[in-house]
Amino acid sequence: MTGSADFILLVVVVLDLYIVATSRLASCVHASAFQGVALALLPVALWAPGYAGGADVQVLHIALMSVGTLIVKALVIPQLVLRAIREANVRREVEPFVSLHVSVLIAAALVGTSFWLATVLVLPIPAPTTLLVPVAFATVLVGFLVLVSRKKAVTQVVGYLMLENGIFIFGQTLVRQIPFAVELGILLDLLVGVFVMGIAIHHISRAFDHIDTELMSALKD
Amino acid sequence: MTLAWDVTLHVGLLVIAPLLLLGVIQKTKAWFAGRSGAPLLQPYFDVWKLLRKGAVYSRTTTWLFRAGPIVSLATALCAGLVLPLAEKSSPLGFSGDVILFVYLFGLGRFFTMAAALDTGSSFEGMGASREAAFSAFAEPALLLCLAILCVPARSVSLGDALGALPAAPLGLSHPAYLAAALGLFGVLLAENSRIPVDDPNTHLELTMIHEVMVLDHGGPDLALVLYGSAVKLFVVGALLVQVALPSPAQGGWQSVGLFLGGQLGLAVGIGCVESMMARLRLPRVPQFLVGASVLAGIGLAALLYRGAP
Amino acid sequence: MLGTILFAIALLILSAFVSAGLTRFDRASLALGTTGSVIACLTGAIGALMALVRPEPSSFRGAWSMPVGEPHVAIDALSAFFLLCVFVVSGLAALYGSGYLPAYVGKRRLGPAVALFNVLIASMAGLVIARDGILFLIAWEVMSFASFFLVTFENEREDVRRAGMTYLIASQFGVVFLFVLFVLLGRSSGTYDFDHFAAVGGLANACFLLAVVGFGAKAGFWPFHIWLPEAHPAAPSHVSALMSGVMIKMGIYGLLRTLTFLGPPAAWWSTVLLLLGAASGLMGIVHALAQRDLKRRLAYSSVENIGLIALGIGLGLLGQSHGNAIVSFFGYSGALLHVLNHGLMKGLLFQGAGSVIHGTGTGSIESLGGLYRRMPTTAFSFLVGSIAICGLPPLNGFVGEWLIYVGAFRGAASLPATGAVSALVAIPVLALVGGLAAACFVGTFGTIFLGEPRMQLPRAHEAGIAMRGTMLIGSLLCVGIGLWPAGVLRLVMPAAALAGHIPVGLSDASGPLLAMSRVAFVLAFLIAALALLRSALLRRREVTQGVTWGCGYAAPSPRMQYTASSFAQPLLAPFAPIIRVRVHEDGPSGYFPARASYEEHIGDVAGEGFLIPGTRRVARALSQLRVIQQGRVQLYLVYIVVTLVALLLWQLMGAAE
Repeated sequence: MTGSADFILLVVVVLDLYIVATSRLASCVHASAFQGVALALLPVALWAPGYAGGADVQVLHIALMSVGTLIVKALVIPQLVLRAIREANVRREVEPFVSLHVSVLIAAALVGTSFWLATVLVLPIPAPTTLLVPVAFATVLVGFLVLVSRKKAVTQVVGYLMLENGIFIFGQTLVRQIPFAVELGILLDLLVGVFVMGIAIHHISRAFDHIDTELMSALKD
Repeated sequence: MTLAWDVTLHVGLLVIAPLLLLGVIQKTKAWFAGRSGAPLLQPYFDVWKLLRKGAVYSRTTTWLFRAGPIVSLATALCAGLVLPLAEKSSPLGFSGDVILFVYLFGLGRFFTMAAALDTGSSFEGMGASREAAFSAFAEPALLLCLAILCVPARSVSLGDALGALPAAPLGLSHPAYLAAALGLFGVLLAENSRIPVDDPNTHLELTMIHEVMVLDHGGPDLALVLYGSAVKLFVVGALLVQVALPSPAQGGWQSVGLFLGGQLGLAVGIGCVESMMARLRLPRVPQFLVGASVLAGIGLAALLYRGAP
Repeated sequence: MLGTILFAIALLILSAFVSAGLTRFDRASLALGTTGSVIACLTGAIGALMALVRPEPSSFRGAWSMPVGEPHVAIDALSAFFLLCVFVVSGLAALYGSGYLPAYVGKRRLGPAVALFNVLIASMAGLVIARDGILFLIAWEVMSFASFFLVTFENEREDVRRAGMTYLIASQFGVVFLFVLFVLLGRSSGTYDFDHFAAVGGLANACFLLAVVGFGAKAGFWPFHIWLPEAHPAAPSHVSALMSGVMIKMGIYGLLRTLTFLGPPAAWWSTVLLLLGAASGLMGIVHALAQRDLKRRLAYSSVENIGLIALGIGLGLLGQSHGNAIVSFFGYSGALLHVLNHGLMKGLLFQGAGSVIHGTGTGSIESLGGLYRRMPTTAFSFLVGSIAICGLPPLNGFVGEWLIYVGAFRGAASLPATGAVSALVAIPVLALVGGLAAACFVGTFGTIFLGEPRMQLPRAHEAGIAMRGTMLIGSLLCVGIGLWPAGVLRLVMPAAALAGHIPVGLSDASGPLLAMSRVAFVLAFLIAALALLRSALLRRREVTQGVTWGCGYAAPSPRMQYTASSFAQPLLAPFAPIIRVRVHEDGPSGYFPARASYEEHIGDVAGEGFLIPGTRRVARALSQLRVIQQGRVQLYLVYIVVTLVALLLWQLMGAAE
């Protein structure tokens, strides 16, 4: 049903903006976890009912993708990041490079831009639903925004997760073409990346007693 | 003339004639100095006397010291067997023997220098060092002179190269041959330790080159050294004589006579040069040898651009 | 044949894994690794020999699909010849290493060194049989990195670490050129398979220059040679023997292989190689004379010999470009035979150097002396190696140089004027380099092994059985090839024919080589006869021992002997303008002079003159770009985003048209 897929995508965009707006780190992580749940439901919503091209997509493939995404993005990764937050003993994001209000405005502008972009960049294979490409772009761009404008390392991890979510959404247009192994690989990549980031944050906070990347620029050569 | 007779004559000349050249040089120098000098056959008597003596070896030395004189004589004799002596082809000649000719002397020199270093004496080390330096510059000159012979003959064999020389003496047929003869004369003086490169009659070890390398040899070893240096002089001189006075085409006793006459004339010439010049300062010797190379190079340029005769 | 070679490579890799796995048991890993490599090298050498004697082209294409094409290996005459060199020299080096490495037991782990050694041999063999660009580059990089780790075996020493870094930088510098070369060739042919590579005209010229720089940096052409005198002395001696003997020849192989793709050569190609060869030969040997460390001297001598090989290739190209098959034949045969000869000779010399360092603890020539009595086998082998590398008959070095000389003489006689001049340039260069090399090695041998010891070394001892045996085998090979050059030429000819596109039946040289063997036997006979004569004469005479004549000096000391630097001084004096000599002199003064000192330092003009200052200038210019590194991750991410947005806009604009 395209309706439920559109609803899910809308939830994803709202969560994007929420992550940009909040300054409490735990809220960011929970929002990211919710995004993971939404993304786990997305393939089911897109492919399971009788979409025009959905008949030849394997049910097992979709089921495994959903369950895998759910476990990794909604359970494992948020737990890792929350543990990192606890050990580093941070609660709130310090004032980012662009103030929170301005960053929300920029995020909204980016969402608008991505809708425009979706009309200009035409896919050779039509997407299952029209909202797919714009939301994918939006999530990617907002993820970049978070990565670029935040100072705390934990928030940057969340931005990275949003980036990967955007790519996942985009990948839904190519479910039939992407081999299953590649998707597994991407998921594994994400997991390992976050794992490594968690370890790094732990060590950084142990060594410097903070995870403020602004102060760490003193390490440059 | 059959092959066996040719080979016998060649070997006979090679074995008997060299010491005579030394005698002629000594006589010439004595004549210049107004003395009557030692008898013409004195070098033969010297070798005979030395062969009947005992030997003293230094405790520092190894078998290389005992091998040095032997190898230098053997290589000189082999080089003499490779080079034709006023005949069409030599007993051991082959296509490409030009390079072997030069490098046989290199082998002899290597062992002489090793024997000199074996004694652990600084004089002999000094002599070896100077000999190494001078021969490093003499070899290019020698090879360039040989190239002047080989390029018009289109062959790499000494027999063919010498046989293809036009019959005019002293390079009158083409300036390149004159350049070759002069260059070879310079190389001969350097390789055989004659003035202006080295003074064979000096008694000061610090001024010696070749003499000091063999300072510790005595008895039969010294006889072999003396004989070996005579053979080397004879062989290099033979090359020079055959370039300067090419044998007439018919060969036979005429060419042998011309050859022997040329060798004796060469010996007199060396004696004259030794009596009229002083020794060069040591840093000038490489310049002298580079000059010989340049002369040969000019001869080659003349050959290539004016055309061979 | 190919199966034998592939088996050898597989055995090498297997024994490498076994040695690495048994790292905790030093002696076991050394023994197993050495056994594996010696058996593999023996098999491989036999396989290569068969491939040369009974050529049957064999090739193998892998069925795995890589994105850049399938891997392709094959053996032809050129590969077989280089395989022979690789396996013979490596086998001897491995055997030597089994005697050399136990001295390090307890100080460091031997397992990785043995494993990497085998991997290095396997990568060189793989390089030579590779027939597509990707496999070639993979093998090349494995070779570079394996040798890097071997060079830095003793990495607690500062100088070894620095040498390793220089080596790594130089090898990667060369690889960049190789990458560009293969990409150019691949794009013009559509595939990376060597069988389809062909280039003409401007592309061929570009490929030639890229190959000369890229492969020349590995081979050690001047001025890309500056890593050689650093890396080869820093490595353990059996690795130095392998690197100098065979690894730098991989550069020569690459150059020859590239030349086979490039069609008829332009005339200026031979000029480039002749000039590079002359420069390498001359600068190499002059710098060798100036060194006081034994292994550095041998390393510079390798540069000189690579110069000689380049002269031979230059002559071959000269003949090819003028269509003169005989000059081409002699040039290429001389170069290839010198590849084999130098591998054997330099391997032997480095092994001798290793024995000396192992036995005395020092590699400084000026501290040694009189070692012949303590180390007779090492000294004898070093003597054989020295005579061979000076190119003196009747040993093997002479045959290679003879071939190049004959090529030059023939070229001077039969080529048109411009070609004849190029050929004639080779003759005095060869002669001068040969004369200087003879001086260098007589000086080295004499200073180290003859005379009296300059410093007391009470614990100097001869090397072990493995090291001695390997050196004797090497000496035997040098003498054997020298006494029977006609047979070895039959192995060289197919490879030379392939390299120079010459018809194979042109066996112009076996007659003269047999005559050369005849002269060698006459020489040996004369020496024996004279020795008998002398011993007969002395039997009835008094033979005594005494001290060396010291001109009546009252207190002679071994320090008064000629040192290696003093030996080299008259040789270096004419070259003073081209070497950078720095002298610190504190001369004797006064009527009763007490102290005096003299110190001379000769730097490497290529390195210190222009490569290092040039690199520093480039680095200073590039450091202006440091401003983009602010230390903030966010800024770097902004760079990425800006680039991506720019690409996106570019795509949009492209799509809009």
